[in-house]
Amino acid sequence: MNNSANGSGNGATAAPILECKDLCISYYTRAGEIPAVVDFSLTVQPGETIGIVGESGCGKSTVAMAIMQYMGHNGGITGGSIKFKGRDMTKMSEAELRQLRGSEIAMIYQEPFASLNPSLRVSTQLLEVPMTHENITRAEARERCMQVLRDVRLPDPARVMNSYPHQLSGGQQQRVVIAMGLLSNPSLLLLDEPTTALDVTVEAGIVKLIADISAKYGTSQIYISHNLGLILETCDRVFVMYSGEVVEEGRIKSLFTWPRHPYTHGLFACIPLPTADKNAAPLRPIPGQLPLPHERPVGCYYAPRCNHFKEGLCDARHFPMEKVEGDEGANHFVRCLRWREIDHHQEAPGGDPRAAAEIGDCCLEVTDMQKYYPVKDSSLKALFTGKRMRNVKANESLNFRAHEGETVAIVGESGCGKSTFAKVLMGLETGTGGEIRHDGVDIAEIAVRDRSNRQISSLQMVFQNPFDTLNPSHTIGAQIERVVKKFGVEKNKAAVRERVMKLLDTVKLPRDFYYRKPRQLSGGQKQRIGIARAFAGNPSMVIADEPVSALDVSVAAAVTELLTDIQREHRTTLLFISHDLSVVRYLADRIVVMYLGQIMERGTTEQIFSPPYHPYTEALLSAVPIADPEVTKREIVLDGNVPSAMDPPSGCPFSTRCPRKIGAICETENPPERQASERHYIKCHIELDELRKVEEVIHVPKEEERIRAE
Amino acid sequence: MLTLILRRVGFMLFTMLVVSLVLFLLLDTELAGDPATRVLGQFASEHQKELWREEHGYNRPVMVRYFDWVGSFVTGDLGISNRYRAPVAEVLWPRLWNTAILGFWTFALIIPISLVFGILSGMREGSVLDRSLSVTGILTTSVPEFASAVFFSSVFVFGLQWLPGTSGMTDGFDPVQLILPVMVLVVYDFGYVARMTRASMAEVMTAQYIRTAVLKGLAYKTVILRHALRNALIAPFTVIMLQINWLLSGVIVVEFYFAYKGFGALLLEASLNNDVALLEACAMIAVAVAVGTQTLADIGYTILNPRIRFS
Repeated sequence: MNNSANGSGNGATAAPILECKDLCISYYTRAGEIPAVVDFSLTVQPGETIGIVGESGCGKSTVAMAIMQYMGHNGGITGGSIKFKGRDMTKMSEAELRQLRGSEIAMIYQEPFASLNPSLRVSTQLLEVPMTHENITRAEARERCMQVLRDVRLPDPARVMNSYPHQLSGGQQQRVVIAMGLLSNPSLLLLDEPTTALDVTVEAGIVKLIADISAKYGTSQIYISHNLGLILETCDRVFVMYSGEVVEEGRIKSLFTWPRHPYTHGLFACIPLPTADKNAAPLRPIPGQLPLPHERPVGCYYAPRCNHFKEGLCDARHFPMEKVEGDEGANHFVRCLRWREIDHHQEAPGGDPRAAAEIGDCCLEVTDMQKYYPVKDSSLKALFTGKRMRNVKANESLNFRAHEGETVAIVGESGCGKSTFAKVLMGLETGTGGEIRHDGVDIAEIAVRDRSNRQISSLQMVFQNPFDTLNPSHTIGAQIERVVKKFGVEKNKAAVRERVMKLLDTVKLPRDFYYRKPRQLSGGQKQRIGIARAFAGNPSMVIADEPVSALDVSVAAAVTELLTDIQREHRTTLLFISHDLSVVRYLADRIVVMYLGQIMERGTTEQIFSPPYHPYTEALLSAVPIADPEVTKREIVLDGNVPSAMDPPSGCPFSTRCPRKIGAICETENPPERQASERHYIKCHIELDELRKVEEVIHVPKEEERIRAE
Repeated sequence: MLTLILRRVGFMLFTMLVVSLVLFLLLDTELAGDPATRVLGQFASEHQKELWREEHGYNRPVMVRYFDWVGSFVTGDLGISNRYRAPVAEVLWPRLWNTAILGFWTFALIIPISLVFGILSGMREGSVLDRSLSVTGILTTSVPEFASAVFFSSVFVFGLQWLPGTSGMTDGFDPVQLILPVMVLVVYDFGYVARMTRASMAEVMTAQYIRTAVLKGLAYKTVILRHALRNALIAPFTVIMLQINWLLSGVIVVEFYFAYKGFGALLLEASLNNDVALLEACAMIAVAVAVGTQTLADIGYTILNPRIRFS
């Protein structure tokens, strides 16, 4: 994919599409001028794909909006220039900009649903692009739209044209937005986190589509993402941004193999690469926090968090990027004064090894658990036929066990029933069949209000969105205190308070957070409070529902590490619910793969990540972007969407998308659960011997075979 | 869609039936006092009352009388007005028509004024126009109709002497007499609708699909007309439909003040004079309008909003 464009190597002679020079962008607020982006320079050659990567608040989206000249009334460019094909966009009139927008420069957005007008048909929204920019008839424009919709591989473009956005799935909506961008064959496409809101397998399809498009249309692209793995899969050159400035840039291979800036090293050490292991090579979070724009230090912005900080050198003055000698074609630049002195081998990902947690006795046993939701069908047809109630099978015969101190991950895409299972386990819903034995008691049908305090406190949850789970009008201390009192951990007032302080210590927050209100906390700190709250009643089991998916890379790493540390110390069973297989691989001892309410495969992490695979697991593994250029993957792109749980396919639930379908049996009969080895089960019609012949999806080279090892 | 309309209409009929039963029980049975006393007055003798009951069929069982009443209502026979000594229909329809004229002109002014100002100020949140509209809107809405009626009378009738002080229309229909009542109603209500429109428009203008439309290179005019308006008008539409309902009871004060011979004044008259048949008819009309506009608002909302229409 990376060779799809000619890149900067031989493109130096061609006229660049876009040239940003010393760009400075500020926002004006009541507090005064806030510089969001400082001295940003970027050149995009024809056909080249540029990646901009960084955490939230680093200014990457601001750059995209500045290129579109859409800054809102409180933002403005304070210095530098943006030249598009030689013309300075900052000096253009509104009319001139209109001619460029949508025809020469197009943009693809993070949330496809919000970016499409909900009350206009797709056809109206697509047709107006060519009709505005070109002098063509409606019929010609329509023909063009249909062609582009076929190019973005939407089945049945005529139906899509006639639909309203809400009638399409998330993946289809994003394809429509991409089609909208491509309609007038732009020379530059801006993609702002185009797959963040989508499921993994859908994301893989979109990423492949974007790569194919740049090859087919020769469009230059600027791809903005927080995900290093996606950048590696899509881009030719990458810019790493930190606190409003670029800290490192270079060709993908060079930067990913030999990162030079301490922040880039830090980022790689924060993401769960295939080489990371929670015991042998844990994640290494970056200490400290991203400085707010008006709190940036003099000199290097990264200095307060950097291990290589040298007083008098790094904090003397602001300094420019330096060229990294070596591979000339790489155009590798770094904004660090000490990059020559740093031993970059020492900076490679992987922290100090730790002892593995002991696994104890079985503490959760799920047997044939099922949860059906009755749904009322309100159509006229249902009214007349009398079939007004239908069952949605959110969970169908779930079987698995979890032991003390073990981490069990439930993996699946949205709508697979993983959250429903968590709800039943917590007692927020009651199961409709089967058993869930926790500490020997069947709790499947006991609602949370009927459970004893002991049962409730021993089963706690860490929620996905830390921003909404804390009561904004109570102090942190009061919220944790209440839990401690309610579960009767401590009775005496002083003892309760001491316990809250200890919990704050446990989640590595200063004790004076006791008096703070949630709005004074950052996302990562709120999630730590969420963890403290969950562990307040000494739970034997904690359910973590996507606990880090809303957090930035470096914050997520810190929270992940914290969670594993506490778990190890308390020998808690952790039920980790996630869609992200790389985090799961890092954290979990055992994995349960779910699809449409059923378990497709379950086994130890090692068993899941090596053949035999269930075909769905195989596709999931292939879909995960990996930020390691030396790891090779087999490409399996799934077609279509996850079917609705309201109307699941008969037979195997995965049969509608399965690339390995063997015949009619897949569509008529629910597959048997086959035991591949001890505690490793695969639910598929294909014989195990056949599945064993499959090659491994992710190949990680041995350490001594790596380029880096030289 | 068809299911929805059928269900809404069915619900509307059901509501009206329930209300009619309540009305009947309250006004036409002994539940809230003897109807004969109500009609003949407290000084009528027991014999006179008995004769009246016999003549008007009040000695039949309640259920029979109720169905009889509903049946004649449905076929257009609204009974005889006690006060006017005439069939209710003859009294009611001209009055309703007068109120419809008043309502029509009120809405003919409120809708364009509040939509235009609401949209313009929603387009540029925080602009001078936006802030002045907010202040004006709060000011006019918080002054009750009887107060503004007095105020406008003192200015235009007694001060400037431009307009007549009453709107009795005694010498045939005179549009000049309509100006003051319409003015009072418009001033009271436009601020509310305008502020709802403004809020809706301001919200739409910050939506991401507006950004998409701008970054497609569309002209600002197209962005507003094609992309913003359609979404921004969904909420005000419902509000406007509900104002029709408000108007029916809101006009009582205005019609009474200006001696305008409309529906509101008639309703007041009927209830002050214990005119049971007239009161029943007026109440049923009010209920029908309330439920009818609600149903239309629901159906219209569904048509305007494709997310509900195709779900």
